[in-house]
Amino acid sequence: MKIPSNISALLVGITLTLVSLWIGQNHGLLPIAASKEAELVDELFNAMMTISVGLFLLVQGVLIIAVFKFRRRPGDLTDAPPIHGNIPLEILWTAIPTVIVLLISVYSFDVYQKLGGFDPNAIGDSGAVQVAMLPGEELSTPLINPSKTNPTHKHLALGIGASPEAEGKPADLVVNVMGMQYAWLFTYPEIGTTTGELHVPLGKDIQLNIKAQDVLHAFWLPEFRIKQDAIPGQESQLRFRPQRVGEYPVVCAELCGPYHGGMVTKLFVENQQDYDNWLHTQIASHDPGQTVIALGANPPSDTDFLAPFVSELGVTNEILQQLNPHYPA
Amino acid sequence: MTSAHVHATVPATTPNQVPVYRKWLDYFTFNPDHKVIGIQYLVTSFIFYFMGGTMATAMRTELATPSPDFVTPEVYNSLLTLHGTVMIFLWIIPAGAGLANYLIPLMIGAQDMAFPKLNALAFWMIPPAGLMLIASFFLEAPQAGWTSYPPLSLVTGKVGEGIWIMSLLILGTSSILGAINFLITILKMRVPSMGLHDMPLFCWAMLAVAALVLIGTPVLAGALILLAFDLLAGTAFFNPTGGGNPIVYQHMFWFYSHPAVYIMILPLFGAISDILPVHARKPIFGYRAIAYSSLAISFLGLIVWAHHMFTSGTPAWLRMFFMIATMVIAVPTGIKIFGWIATIWGGKIQLNSAMLFAIGFISMFVIGGISGVMVASVPFDLHVHDTYFIVAHLHYVLFGGSVFGLYAAIYHWYPKITGRMLNETVGIFHFILTFIGMNLTFMPMHELGLLGMNRRIALYDPRFTDLNLVCTVGSYILAFSTLPFLLNAVASWFLGTPAGDNPWRALTLEWMTTSPPPIENFEIIPVLTTSPYDYGVSTHNSAGDGSVFSPEPVLSDDSSVTLQPEPDSVVADNTTDRQVESYAVASLIVDRQPENRADEPAVESSVPNGSSSSLQVESEPAGAINFDDR
Repeated sequence: MKIPSNISALLVGITLTLVSLWIGQNHGLLPIAASKEAELVDELFNAMMTISVGLFLLVQGVLIIAVFKFRRRPGDLTDAPPIHGNIPLEILWTAIPTVIVLLISVYSFDVYQKLGGFDPNAIGDSGAVQVAMLPGEELSTPLINPSKTNPTHKHLALGIGASPEAEGKPADLVVNVMGMQYAWLFTYPEIGTTTGELHVPLGKDIQLNIKAQDVLHAFWLPEFRIKQDAIPGQESQLRFRPQRVGEYPVVCAELCGPYHGGMVTKLFVENQQDYDNWLHTQIASHDPGQTVIALGANPPSDTDFLAPFVSELGVTNEILQQLNPHYPA
Repeated sequence: MTSAHVHATVPATTPNQVPVYRKWLDYFTFNPDHKVIGIQYLVTSFIFYFMGGTMATAMRTELATPSPDFVTPEVYNSLLTLHGTVMIFLWIIPAGAGLANYLIPLMIGAQDMAFPKLNALAFWMIPPAGLMLIASFFLEAPQAGWTSYPPLSLVTGKVGEGIWIMSLLILGTSSILGAINFLITILKMRVPSMGLHDMPLFCWAMLAVAALVLIGTPVLAGALILLAFDLLAGTAFFNPTGGGNPIVYQHMFWFYSHPAVYIMILPLFGAISDILPVHARKPIFGYRAIAYSSLAISFLGLIVWAHHMFTSGTPAWLRMFFMIATMVIAVPTGIKIFGWIATIWGGKIQLNSAMLFAIGFISMFVIGGISGVMVASVPFDLHVHDTYFIVAHLHYVLFGGSVFGLYAAIYHWYPKITGRMLNETVGIFHFILTFIGMNLTFMPMHELGLLGMNRRIALYDPRFTDLNLVCTVGSYILAFSTLPFLLNAVASWFLGTPAGDNPWRALTLEWMTTSPPPIENFEIIPVLTTSPYDYGVSTHNSAGDGSVFSPEPVLSDDSSVTLQPEPDSVVADNTTDRQVESYAVASLIVDRQPENRADEPAVESSVPNGSSSSLQVESEPAGAINFDDR
């Protein structure tokens, strides 16, 4: 077998490349990208899509041509010419995929770095915010006593940290996220308020410290292309900078029980003015020392707060008790 | 054309033995015959395939609408758990083991597996384990997915979870016993004339699979035993409320369960490598490259498990290492795919059901492979992990790959197993339905995942309804597509056209005996004088008489063919295996024949035979080995 090198093969190759490039850029398969980081991921996907479409068309095209061109005629019992291999061709189709996957690896590595995946002290040194955390050497131990904090300790974090330009700087807004069957709970430690929906200001560096109360969950923002499992006993983090005002789904992506599909809430990206207004309705008093603040006469506990959400999901207390004996009834 | 003759030299006193065939009752007993066990594996796993398929159809029915209306979310979760477990541990893995059981001894000219009773034991562990697992559905079904991640697996469906663990431990043990058998059989039981590089590629693939099973499965067993302790004895290995770490379970689970993907696909890689050359009438392109790529995949498959945990408790450097390792697996896989394409390119393709499924396999697996490279990229995986994009990807690999491959293998070897041909028209109808159903079911799932639909959910956002409906319709077509196959397989077993020994005019050893083969496979120990893929070599050989040739292929030179005066010591020690055949030497000679002889029964043959291969038993003094330049 000769490597095709005639003009028609060249033309087919050029057409294939152009079609792949066009589809790679115009596939329209992804939802809106709501952050700069999401756009980076989309560019990476487009690049992979271009290569994929080219490879797909090449393989399927060759298969279809082979099936039509090299059919055995009825009654023809002879064999085809015995070609056992072609070392240059085999080296070629070993080398080209190697180069391609290494390029994709390098590209992915670069994007991952720009996302903030290598932020080395993502959790430990996140400013003056009160964050429940563990020293690094206890990374794999459970979060039994979150009061044991060490704000200056640096360790390898789980998740996505600060992007390179924001590295070393504390995030503009820190929100503590708690996953539980079947809701997300957002605590704003600066003002001490807790909500079931996430509100963030536009264009600010947002840091989410993610924990789980009962089983594994995964915090996923499809429009921001980021996801991080919420692990009981282990804190993880996501950091992103929203660039579009809007309302986006927050999805739990790790199987967490029968009503896993119902564990969704909303992320509201608002401009500063709207965000401040919303914040105002949440704030009764600024008391940084306190984690639960008074909205009315009786501050609602987490459970009380979530009760409407839980009942909306059709989950009774019995189910919760059954699922997790440690659930604070 | 190619035709193969087995020239045998046996003592003149040898009685003309009548082959003994199995009674139907044998298939329900603890029978050490590898062919009985192979059929037992294949039929049992196919029954479980129907159960798993029924579960899938129920799930797709539920997902036709966004709200949970067909089954409750609890039942949906048990369905997804059992669907995954049944399809992996009771369909694809045992079906691959069944194929290997049936084919390996035949392909290497052995009379049975190395440890026949162990082999039967390995099979008979499967039905009770499978029935236990199905029974759990009616007690308190496991609901934590086939991955069974703690802590969820420790708090939902506890009875079912316990049964699930026990069942998987038994299936894992069965798998280990089978792997030991395959490994020893392939390494030690080959006919003396067969070097490693003369083996059919299916044997190479099973070598790689056996290694993976032996390395991986004990780790899964360890994880499951610890999980059982957490579940039943209240320990806290993985339970965070007692100080355990659920991430450790994920590492241990995927250390087996990623290689399990290759345990499921490699046997079919091997089968496809054997099917394509036969129906394209062309040697496999790059024998060594394809053989070694199986080993490379096997090795690399062991160091990529954490790519299932990119969004889990995986630190950055680990993410990058596993990303690159995962990407690199695409290279040996690509070598195989390009090798297969080059094999059929320029061939003389007989587009029958086996070939359609084999080409369909390449076509579908490429899609799964491409999306596999995509999800290997960490930044992209952070988006699509645990979404329908992954569901689509894994089904293109395991359905478009493994199941298409199994169908191709069944269509290809059915004549050998039963002695009868499957109906071609029904077979092609089956292929078309399966192909359409498969793409309709799984293609839209890519887009669903990208748009934001997570997996393992009984209720979903109504904006995904339309695409889900398409998937559901596709799944009904897919469910229906198995019926023509089932009818075909059952009816042809009794009514099909007799196949003859070698209906495909293939060159591997399993076609050199009768269909179905007699109890100890070969009347005489065959001796290899051709590599398994020398299609067209004799006709295109410039050598004068064509009876002896030296193909000198570039990548598959068979210099390792060595004729030994004595059989392998393992074979020699097993006196019951030897009988009269041990000093009979057969030699396969590919020679040039006029084409019109192909369809005539070979006059000199000792067995009934309607194909081009014939067994020639010549009464010559023992030791007159018919070989020249080897």
